[in-house]
Parts: sequence; C-alpha cells; structure tokens
Amino acid sequence: QHGRVKIKTTAQQEEEKRKEREKKLKIYVAARDACFSKRNEGIWDDEALQLTQQLLSSNPDFATLWNYRREILMHLETVKDKDEVQKIYEAELSFTESCLKVNPKSYGSWHHRGWVSARLPRPDWARELTLCDRCLSLDDRNFHCWDYRRMVVKMSGVPVDQELAFTDRLIGSNFSNYSSWHYRSTLLPLLHPESPDPPPHLLLKPIPIGSLVQNAFFTDPNDQSAWFYYRWLLGRAEREEMISCVYVNRDEERVAVAFSRPVNSVGLFLVLDGQPQRVEWRSVHPRFKQSPVWICNLPPGTISDITNERNLTVHWTEKHTHRDCALYTGRTESWCRDSATDQELFRSELSVEKTSVLQSELQSVKQLQELEPLNKWCLLTIILLMRALDPLGYEQEMLAHFRTLKEVDSMRSAYYSDLCSKFMIENTILKMEYAEVRVFSISDKNLTTLCHLDQLLLVTHINLSSNHLQRLPPQFAMLQCLEVLEADNNAIENLEGVYHLPKLEEVLLKNNSILKLVVYLQTLASCPKLKRLDLRGNPVTQTANVESELAELLPSVTDLLL
Amino acid sequence: RGALDLPHGSVVAAACSRVGQRVLHVDRRSYYAANWASFTFNALLTWIQEHQAESLSEEVQDRSSLVEEGEELIYLSGSDSASISNLQVFCYISEEAEEEEEPPNTTEEEEAAQEQGEEPEADQPQPSAPPSQSEPTRKKISYTQLEKEGRRFNIDLVSKLMYSRGSLVDLLIKSNVSRYAEFKNVTRILTYRHGSVEQVPCSRADVFASRQLSVVEKRKLMRFLTSCVEETEEHQAYNGRPFLEFLREQQLGDNLQHFLLHSIAMVTEDTLTEVGLTSTRHFLRCLGRYGNTPFLFPVYGLGEIPQCFCRMSAVFGGIYCLRHSVSCLIVDKDSNRCKAVIDSRGQRISCSHFVVEDGFVGADRRVTTPTRLLSRAVLITDASVLPGDSEQQVSLVTVPPTDGRPAVNMVELSPSTMTCIPGTYLVHLTCQSVGSAYEDLSPVVTRMFCTAECQDQENRPAVLWCLYFNMADGSGVEPEGHDLPSNVYVCSGPDGALGHEHAIKQAESIFLKILPEEEFCPPAPNPEDIIYDGENTSPTSTGEEEGLTAAGGEGEEKQQEQQEEETSLQPEE
Repeated sequence: QHGRVKIKTTAQQEEEKRKEREKKLKIYVAARDACFSKRNEGIWDDEALQLTQQLLSSNPDFATLWNYRREILMHLETVKDKDEVQKIYEAELSFTESCLKVNPKSYGSWHHRGWVSARLPRPDWARELTLCDRCLSLDDRNFHCWDYRRMVVKMSGVPVDQELAFTDRLIGSNFSNYSSWHYRSTLLPLLHPESPDPPPHLLLKPIPIGSLVQNAFFTDPNDQSAWFYYRWLLGRAEREEMISCVYVNRDEERVAVAFSRPVNSVGLFLVLDGQPQRVEWRSVHPRFKQSPVWICNLPPGTISDITNERNLTVHWTEKHTHRDCALYTGRTESWCRDSATDQELFRSELSVEKTSVLQSELQSVKQLQELEPLNKWCLLTIILLMRALDPLGYEQEMLAHFRTLKEVDSMRSAYYSDLCSKFMIENTILKMEYAEVRVFSISDKNLTTLCHLDQLLLVTHINLSSNHLQRLPPQFAMLQCLEVLEADNNAIENLEGVYHLPKLEEVLLKNNSILKLVVYLQTLASCPKLKRLDLRGNPVTQTANVESELAELLPSVTDLLL
Repeated sequence: RGALDLPHGSVVAAACSRVGQRVLHVDRRSYYAANWASFTFNALLTWIQEHQAESLSEEVQDRSSLVEEGEELIYLSGSDSASISNLQVFCYISEEAEEEEEPPNTTEEEEAAQEQGEEPEADQPQPSAPPSQSEPTRKKISYTQLEKEGRRFNIDLVSKLMYSRGSLVDLLIKSNVSRYAEFKNVTRILTYRHGSVEQVPCSRADVFASRQLSVVEKRKLMRFLTSCVEETEEHQAYNGRPFLEFLREQQLGDNLQHFLLHSIAMVTEDTLTEVGLTSTRHFLRCLGRYGNTPFLFPVYGLGEIPQCFCRMSAVFGGIYCLRHSVSCLIVDKDSNRCKAVIDSRGQRISCSHFVVEDGFVGADRRVTTPTRLLSRAVLITDASVLPGDSEQQVSLVTVPPTDGRPAVNMVELSPSTMTCIPGTYLVHLTCQSVGSAYEDLSPVVTRMFCTAECQDQENRPAVLWCLYFNMADGSGVEPEGHDLPSNVYVCSGPDGALGHEHAIKQAESIFLKILPEEEFCPPAPNPEDIIYDGENTSPTSTGEEEGLTAAGGEGEEKQQEQQEEETSLQPEE
C-alpha cells in the first residue's frame, strides 16, 4: 500500500542514531573488558576467539586483540590436528577479509592475514593473489596490499615475467602509479639472473625503452612517475668502491687516501716498504665520520730522508683491495691514482648506456620538448642525456636549458642553481684532467655550491672568484695540497672548510660577506703556512682593532690586506 | 491533482508526487513510456505486428453528456501511431538450429507498414511467426532460440546513452531515483574509418595505451584536450567559423582530427567552433566520473529509466493505470483551463493540470512544426564489431557521414547489460532521417556487418535479425504554445541526440510551470526514515497544499486503481 509518505524529522533520526550508538558502545565495552580479563587469566578458548572476532569486526585496528587472537591460535595449533588447524586458519582468512572490507588499509588486518597465510598448512596462494589483485583494482596505491602481495609472490614463487605482465596491466589502467613503476624496476634485474650483478643499463635491450615509458611521458609530461622510471632505466651502475688515489708528502710525513665514495676508516692499513705502520687515520674535518678522504701522519722520521725511495701500500681489508704508491728519491711528494676512470667520473647518472641509444633517446625527448618547450621534466631529462653524451660539447645548451628551467620552475630555482654548479664543476674537473694541471679555475660561473671536492685532492691553486658562493664547506678541507685560494667577489660568510690545510699560503677573499673575526676567521689559524690574507671589502674590516686582533689570531700572516 | 499522460512525463509525475501532488498516470498501452519503452524480443514482435496492422478507425464516442454549463470538450487523438513508420524486419537465421544444407538464398521480406493497430489485448507476448525465414547459416543461434529466450532481451525503441555529468544522471542522483536501477559504463568509443573499426582514445589511460597513435600524436591530442577544458581567447577568435577549420589549424593531423570531430565533439564538418568546443568540453567533463568513457548505460536497457521515475511517483502516492486512456479534456470556457478529463470508460476525473504526450494532441491543435524523423535500426548480431580482450564491452561507434548520408551513432550492447542473450550483441543505430530508415542505415549495416549476401567476410559480425523503422523526432516539440488550455502541457517524444538533455530540460520546465514554488525532485528520503502507519488513508503529510480540492470521485477509483498499479509495477527483472 502506498499511502502518503511521512518522513522522520532530523531530530528523530538523530535521536535514533544516538540511541543505537549508545547501545553499540555498551556492548563493545563489555566485550572488550571480558577479553582483557580472559587474557589476564591466560584463557585461550573458543569464546575468546568469538569475543575478539566480534570486537575486531567493528574495530580492526585494535592491535592488542589481534595479538591475543594469535596467542589463542598458537595454542590451538598445539592441541588440534592438522585438518582442524587448516579449517581454523581458513576461517581466519575469511574473517580478515571481512575486516578488510570495512577498512582496506587496516594495518592489523593485513598483518594478521600475512601471519595466518604463513602458518596455514595448505595455503591457497592463487586465491590470495586474486584477492590482492581485486584490492589493487579498487585502489592501486594501497601499500598494505602491495606489501602483502610481495609476500604472497615470494612464498608462492610467481614467475617474474608474469609479475612484469601484472605491472603492465596496472600501468595500463593508470600510469601515474609509482608502486607499479617501482615494482617493475625491481623485477627487471631479476629477469637477468645470468649476469651476477646486472648493471641496470643492460636491461635496455630486452625492453624497448620507447614503448611504455615514452608513451607515459608523451601522454602526460607533467607526471613525474614515468620520468623517474625513465631515469632509472637509463641509469648507471653504482660506482665500484675502491681507493681512487693515494698521496704522500715527504716533508709533512703525511699520507692522504681518497676513495670512490665516503667510507669510514675501519680496516684501513698502511704498509711502508713491507712494514705495517701504526698510524692514526683521521678524516679531513672533525665533522665527518664518513668521508671520501682520510689522512694520517707517519711516525716522525720514517720518510723524511729525501735520498731514500719508499714504497707505500694502503690496504683496505673491508673491500679486499689495496693501492701502491712509490715515493722516489729526490721527490718531496708523490701520488698514485687511476686516470682511466677520470673520464667516466661525472658522466652523470645516465652514463653507461651506449651512445647510440642515448642519442636516439635525446632525439625523442627533444621532439617532446619542441611540443612542450616549458616542461621542466623534459628539460631536465635533456640536460641529463646531454651530459651523458658529451658534457663539454653540450655545455652552452645545458646552460640555456638551466636558464629556462629556473624561469618555468622558479620555486626550485635554487635546486637548479646547485645542480648547474655541480655540472659546471664536473666540466671544469674534466678540463683540468685533460690539461693535466693542478690548477682548478672556475670563476664567473654562477656557482652556488661546491661539490666533488674529493676530486681536488691534488689541486694546488683554486680560483673561485666572482660566483655566488656563501661558504667554503667542511669538505673544502679535502684540498690537502692547496697553496692558493682565490675566492674574490662571492658572498662567503663562512670559512669552515679552510681547516688544517698544511700548505695553504694565500687566501684572497676580497669583497665577500665575512662579518666577524672570532667565529668566521678562527679556522684559518689551523693553516700553519698562511702568509697572505686579503679581506678587503668585507664587513669585518669595519670592526675596531681588527688589525691587531688578526695579528694575534694569525701570527703567520705577513701580508694582510684590509 | 494532475492527471497526466506519459513519456518523460514519468519524470514530471515523479517530481509532482514527490512534493505531495496527487498524480494519476494513465497509459493506453500495456506498458509505460511509449516510444521510450523497451521490449523483450517477443514483445517487440508484438509491437511490430501492431504497427504493421491496419489501424482500426477508432470510434470517437460522444461525451457531450458529461459536459456541464460553461464547459467545452477537446477530443484527444486516440493514437500516436504516426510517430512510427517504415517498419521493416529482416531475419538472416534459420528457424531451427543445425540445418546446414541449403545454399544461401535470401528472402528478404520487407514488410513495410505503418498505421497502428488496436490496443493490445493481453500483456504477454504473442508468439508470432518470424517475419522472414532465410538461409540456414553456420550460426549456432536459431530463430527459435531467439524466441525461446526472448524474455532475456531488453530492446529499446530509442537509443541513447547517459552522459555521466549530464542532466539525467544529475537528476537520478539528486532525487535518489538512482537506487531503483543499476548502470554500466560504456567501455569504449569506436569509430568507423577507412573501412575498419578503430578505437578512439579519449581518456588519459586510452591515449597512453593506444597503439595507433604515435607518441607525438599522443602529446598533441592530450594537449589539445587539456586546452579545451577552459575557454581561451584563441578559442573565441574562431567563433562563427567552422570547428573543422579550427581543428585543422591546430595541426593535429588527420587521425586526431577525425577522432575529435566525429567521436569526441560528435559534430559535423560545418558545425561552428563554439558549438564543437562546447560539445568537446561536455564530453571531457563527463570523462573519469565513472570510467574511461563519458557514458553510462542502464542495466536492462533505457526503458528502466521511465520505470524508475514511475516507481518513485508511486512511492509518493502516484496512481498508475495502464490500458486506460483519456479521451477528451473538459475546458472551462471562462478561464480557458482544463478542469477535468474524461477517460476511455466515460468517467470524469477532475484535475488541475494535464500533461500529455504530443502524439495525442490532435493535429488541428498542434503548432505545426516541420516533422523531422529519426532513422533507427536494431540488430541482433553474433559478435562485436571490434573484438577485444573482454567480450563484455559496451561500445559507442561513431560512423561519420558519407556521400550525403548522415552521421550514424551506433551503440553495441553486450549481454552484460542484460539486454541480449549470451552469444549475441544488440546493436542500435540512429541517425537523422534523409530517406527511410532502411535507406539511411542499411548501407552502414552492409558495410560493417555480414548480412546474408556476404559469405566471404567472415571477420565481420553476422546479423541474425534486424529491424528498421522511422520515429518522429521529438526535438521540435515545445511544451506550450499549442492551441490548448493553459494548464495542459505537451511532452515531446524522443529526440535524436545521444544524451537526455532535451527530455530532462522539458520535464523540469513543465514541472516549474505547474508548481513554480516547488523544488524539482528533491532527494527522496531513505526507506528507514519513512514512517509507515498502515491505517493512514487521508493524505496529511509532506507539503500537500490544503485548500486544493481533490478531484471528485477519485477516492473510489483509488482503491481499484491501486490494485492495478501493484501488478503493473512488478519489476520485470
């Protein structure tokens, strides 16, 4: 019978709801208290299972109850036979499934499901995979489900190519999905078990780069997930950990060792003419526990005799490697390093790929850039590809692209400035290497930061004038051979890194922003040979008694310009 | 207090009942919604028969005895049959399965007929002889099987889709009427080009996955679509110039131009830029709300939609009466308002408003609009025009105009929509008529499907059965302005557009004329919030305006009609 319809008022509805809530709360609290008291008494029975189930179905995030439940289940395992256990655990699975329907991102439910699956006498992994797939089709970024799925895949040994096809499917339905792209990047190396440590670039052969990832960034160039994956695809293998340089100085009886990446000094030994030496390794600055450069002083007198030839070996037991260095008669210093790696040092993250592949990738990204001249991801990728191909040849184009980047993405202009500084420093190092000199000159290049200073271990003369540097960071202390530091016309406030540089004689800091003597110039006192200091045009010169205080602070300085 | 008559009248009915108006909904047919209805295969055969039969000239009964002082009569037309014409049926399958002999000799029996028949006597479908028996084919499905499983078909007379941000979807959601039906996504948009069917990449995921587009085309398409979302000065510069010209100057290339013009904007080559862009924008706005295409389709067919609104109306007290019609209106001479109607049984029913389908308004009283027709074809086929990974695709296929023939919209429904049986697809074709439906659409059918004549083209889907007919295009009919009392409103029949905007707009405007103060279809309450008290017979609640006299004699009728209503509202599913 359809009579006229009367509708409850909002107040009526609310009252009803309130009453219902109250009733529910009462039941909930009573059940919770019952559970706690049973647990305290150590009772592991079916009733407790019932109670926890009742509570957890309305609130699956109650971790204590899940724990209690597991205690009960573990107890039941000991008293029931295998078939019964199977049944109990199957019931658990369907219970967690219903909890996940309430809250698909419940930590407790997923964890419990994983725990149950792992203990199930006869697990049905295919069903679990289906469950995960359904869950991911509802929300492809449910990381709980991703985690659980990984476990299921591992336990059931799903073939890698099948998993790859799975990521294809997910990316096909929504390519803005980091989880899928990332999963791909973990699967691809597995497809090549024959090479023991597959450099990722080798993977490019089986995957035509063009297909998936280019489709993604041509379709939506503003979606970063594809760009990141692309960079990974073209990426280089990590640099091998090695001793890249050993330097020895006869006068100072000092050895400096550079590594390909920051390390600690554990397992570092020095052998001189076959005799192990007891030395104390220290990093170049007390700030660093990890450092790419370590130094030590030899016991006094061990190498000071200039008429002797000495042979040094630095052993790095951690990596089972060592490097020799001969200090010939009549020489006050000597070093040994690989020049072969130098050229490849900075060919950015995209280096190892074949030139022809990179060249064609560059063409295709440039094609996109013609359509999207202001797309930052595109510009940045072009820069990286150019650097991988020919860092010096593309220098001007790179600088132009950086200028565009700073305009279109002004929020990150500082990031781009730093990145550009890094690339300019790399280029300058390369030029220096080709010229085989120990002079590093990079003036008027808009540098905002310094990096790769470990590569400058042997540099005697550095010119950083007319840039935008604000500090000489602690890493600067890696320039162990530095004699002259030119850094006029910057914005330097802080000289932290001019620290224990044994050969430093000249520091030229005209027109910078050094404010105070005590804090900012104190470190200079640790450089014993400092003779000439130019501080003209710094605020510090305006302070009273600056000259006399400096004389006191830096007694070795004979030529002070204020 | 409104007596009314049909089509998207059901929306008006629901809206009026919802705000407490008394609604009597009568239909002379045995089903709701006239040309908006959907039929089982068997019921469709009956419908075809009725329309093919010679119409009995309906006796106009003299009702002048019921007229009181100061009143006059307006007789309504007894039938709306003129809205359907050029009916032709072809069958390409054998009566029985597994008759494999007989070289193919087709007998196309063209049974063109119009003029409606009389009212159906019974609701249940009458098994009718197949209109044509033709060559036995290798197809497994036989005509007998179609008939036997005929109840599992839901064949709509109109072919439309629901734009996911269109006014119908908005209305269904707003009014909570959506709870009475289920919907499926149209899963892909296809187009016919260079003699083959291609998928149109329209969403981001489609563009990404497309294999036909080069990466540069992908970028251009995405960029174009993104730039369309907001109107720019560049767009305005093209106002008044053809959309095609605008597309050409975007340097998109032939592929993209075709997709954008025919499948996304769905306009013709001479459409103006502003119109093309508006239509593109509407398409884009609808993307992604429910799926990767802008469209939804109701499970069990479009006929569900008027049913849902009828159900809503009934829940709020609307009275439903099938196989019952209004034969004339009683008009108060002084006010020129319709005071009451007289039904087919000679009963006088008072009303304060009357909504009627345009077909029932006598030609003498209608504002003459040039009669435009739609050409329709309904095909039952054995395969999809573009087989994909899934067999359950629901596709919109746009067929661009060729050689002076109009653009054709084709909707291919898979059994997942519950409109056809497994192993078949239901294909609807619609275009603006140039000639008869057969003339307009059969060339497209022959090109894209395998009818009896073609034996070698096995990669094309075979047509098992098909129906052509023309239907009046309702887009020209206005609710007012006819030579009718001011409280009589005319609803048009279906229009040729793909969406439902025209019908919903019309329903809302009729409602606002009847009840300018009321909200159009406010959300219906949840069932648990409705207070049921069995005895309550006198209407008391929800916004019923007191002081408006209920129609005389309505009380008695109510009982009787309610019983009928109960049965007629039985869901078919």
